[in-house]
Amino acid sequence: MTSTLHAICIILVMAAVTALIRFLPFFLFDKGGEPPAWVKYLGKVLPPAVMSMLLVYCVRSVNLASGSHGIPEISCILVAILLHLWKRNTLLSIGLSTILYMILVQAVFI
Amino acid sequence: MKTAFRQAFRQVFPQTIPVLAGYLSLGIAFGILLQSAGYGPLWALGMSFIIYAGSAQFLCVELLAAGASLSQVALLTFLLNFRHFFYGLSMITRYQNTGKRKWYLIFGLTDETYALLTAAKIPENIDSKDFYTVITLMNHCYWVLGSVIGAAAGTFLPFDTTGIDFSMTALFAVLVVEQWKSHSRHLPALLGFGITILSLMIFGADNFLIPALLVLSATLLFLQPKTDKQEKEDTL
Repeated sequence: MTSTLHAICIILVMAAVTALIRFLPFFLFDKGGEPPAWVKYLGKVLPPAVMSMLLVYCVRSVNLASGSHGIPEISCILVAILLHLWKRNTLLSIGLSTILYMILVQAVFI
Repeated sequence: MKTAFRQAFRQVFPQTIPVLAGYLSLGIAFGILLQSAGYGPLWALGMSFIIYAGSAQFLCVELLAAGASLSQVALLTFLLNFRHFFYGLSMITRYQNTGKRKWYLIFGLTDETYALLTAAKIPENIDSKDFYTVITLMNHCYWVLGSVIGAAAGTFLPFDTTGIDFSMTALFAVLVVEQWKSHSRHLPALLGFGITILSLMIFGADNFLIPALLVLSATLLFLQPKTDKQEKEDTL
């Protein structure tokens, strides 16, 4: 097993690098006053683009060619989206689609 | 706690419930994994408190088990978390005037916190500073709590939790809808899907995120003058 000291160092390095990445844009571009126009522009258009990206990221290891062919993932994402378009209740959309997914992967697509 | 802050807490808490569900279940999954590698609740507490990055911490369990070198840890963490650079970039304007709290807000800028902060509408009677702080702090607590529960008692949970981590996927699906409804132009969202899927097909599940983000940001910047003009036309 890894020594305790080395384990602590691994954790500290990971924490430091993660924090550095998060702080970097502020060190570079947050110098008081107005940030550059392109930074403000990215602040406006990046969130919707990143949300789509993260949704794809969540299903990145789904294999369409074998196993359950991604049917549980795709159908439950559709349920969440349609439910949300219809009722616009975040908890309902997430709760129902997650329960449905759990049933599908535990009892239907084994 | 100051009254204004307590008021903000009461009003903003419901917005964090999806992340509560997601972080508790993912945190528990992480805690179980960590414990099975021989590291108990105290390790879970420390890691989730100071690293506070979900996917990186899952990777960290493997690195701990393998006794990876520190340079390897640094490189892998950098590659896995570099996307957060772009989140910070788009939070600079929002985080102006947050004073000393800015340090903590930046530290706690995870995928889910970023998603909530940019999708939610700040209630009019609440200071934006308090709004950001409550969401960041609550999410941090959920993550720490989940991972400690997982490391301490995860193996004794009375029901089969397989698939519960889908709540995170569902959260992003909901946020895509929210972003779609709150923007009049849908090109960024569509580019997000198109470029990410393309990148996934080219680079594979382990390496696609950074090329996707780079191409996405470059494409959006390239489209800037045109879209700005478009936006003025939209608002007219």
